[in-house]
Amino acid sequence: MKPLSHADVTPAKLYRSRRSFLKTAGNGLLAAALSPALRLKAASAEPPVDTLTPYKDITHYNNFYEFSTDKVRVARLAKNFRTDPWSVEVTGLVDKPGTYDVAAMVAQFKPEERIYRLRCVEAWSMVIPWTGFPISRLLEAVAPTSQARYLKFVTLMDKRQFPGQKNSWYRWPYVEGLRLDEAMHDLAIIATGIYGKDLLPQNGAPIRLVVPWKYGFKSIKSVVKIELVQEQPTSLWMAAAPREYGFYANVNPSVSHPRWSQSSERRIGEFRRRRTLLFNGYDEEVAQLYEGLDLRANF
Amino acid sequence: MHPLALVPLALLLWRFKTDQLTANPIQFITHWTGNAALRLLLLSLAVTPVKRLAALPALNPLRKRLGLWGFFYASLHLTIFIGLDYFFDWQLLWEELSQKRYVLVGFTAWLLMVPLAVTSTRGWQKRLGRRWTLLHRSVYAVTPLAVIHFVWLVKSDYREPALYGIVVALLLLLRIKKIAARVPGLSRIPGLS
Repeated sequence: MKPLSHADVTPAKLYRSRRSFLKTAGNGLLAAALSPALRLKAASAEPPVDTLTPYKDITHYNNFYEFSTDKVRVARLAKNFRTDPWSVEVTGLVDKPGTYDVAAMVAQFKPEERIYRLRCVEAWSMVIPWTGFPISRLLEAVAPTSQARYLKFVTLMDKRQFPGQKNSWYRWPYVEGLRLDEAMHDLAIIATGIYGKDLLPQNGAPIRLVVPWKYGFKSIKSVVKIELVQEQPTSLWMAAAPREYGFYANVNPSVSHPRWSQSSERRIGEFRRRRTLLFNGYDEEVAQLYEGLDLRANF
Repeated sequence: MHPLALVPLALLLWRFKTDQLTANPIQFITHWTGNAALRLLLLSLAVTPVKRLAALPALNPLRKRLGLWGFFYASLHLTIFIGLDYFFDWQLLWEELSQKRYVLVGFTAWLLMVPLAVTSTRGWQKRLGRRWTLLHRSVYAVTPLAVIHFVWLVKSDYREPALYGIVVALLLLLRIKKIAARVPGLSRIPGLS
């Protein structure tokens, strides 16, 4: 599947409101229970259409444990988060390390619109119009050395602004990693906006990673440091539950997670579940990155 | 009749009315009803020790009522899972049941409750006699299973379900005669049920 363009998605304003959606859901349940014929008809689903997820849902249903483990509370807790000034240190095995102010990054690397599906490991998904630039542009500027094999991303550590970082269950700060060739892929971006607006704190302002073929938790938020390293970084989730979260975290319906179904998902705003696609539907673009790699062992 | 047990449902309806079911309403109502079921089952389990400790035999009927309400919410929870979340997609449902241990224990807990709900009437109690008591002891398995269902569902931070686990463990330990005998007031009537 190609990356989505505006021509492929339904505009958000055509969306039904949540309440009418639920009413439909209720009626659907009744009808399905009453009529086996209807049930059959409902099962022969039309090819799935990708519709932009409404801005309100994208900005009010957030997994961002630095604020709260409750997805609904994050937006409120993030309201006063300070994103200016903000700089990102790019360091490690690079010839030209540097500290980038976000505004300077935007000016230098020229963000563009990218509409991507986002699949959370908790089996829900969204379609988000990001503003961002390929990480490859940044990497070209800092020139990784020949030893560099991985990127290690780190989120801001600030217990005052991130109350969730007082939760000692997790090993803060949040860390994520990519293989260098994954990061060089054109689909992997550093995002600064959604729906043409600057990112809100709950979505990882002012700057975050977006890797659309991996589960959402790989797309680390509010990044302050990117380090080029030789060894595979250990992410926060790998440390918290190594049997459940691997380094790759590629969306894969045939690799089951003990808690959530990975073979289907609920698109936010939709009633029926959809089948989850390999690499979140970006298999044509990214499958070659993993040739010869056992995706079951390297989940 | 038991207006308090309807509070979770009323709150849910109010949230529906005021559009507070989050961006993922089906998951929200699934968790909500599951939570209500677990809490009511715990309350039901707490009736006997509380009744003994507080010397309030009048509390006795509450045990059955709370248990039945727990079953009501558990049934709602299961219906939502099958009918709304999976929309009667039996293939996916079977996949879930066979692959996800949390689904398996949750479903087992519900199945174990069915005969208890059916035989909860006085008539059945008379008809089954001593076997009724034996049968209804399976509620001691239902509550731990419900807690395990919750533990296996959370992402990593087990502290909330662990709290439920501690409460269940305490309530079950108090039913062991040797332990109950050491708690003043609890052992007044021999043979705790």
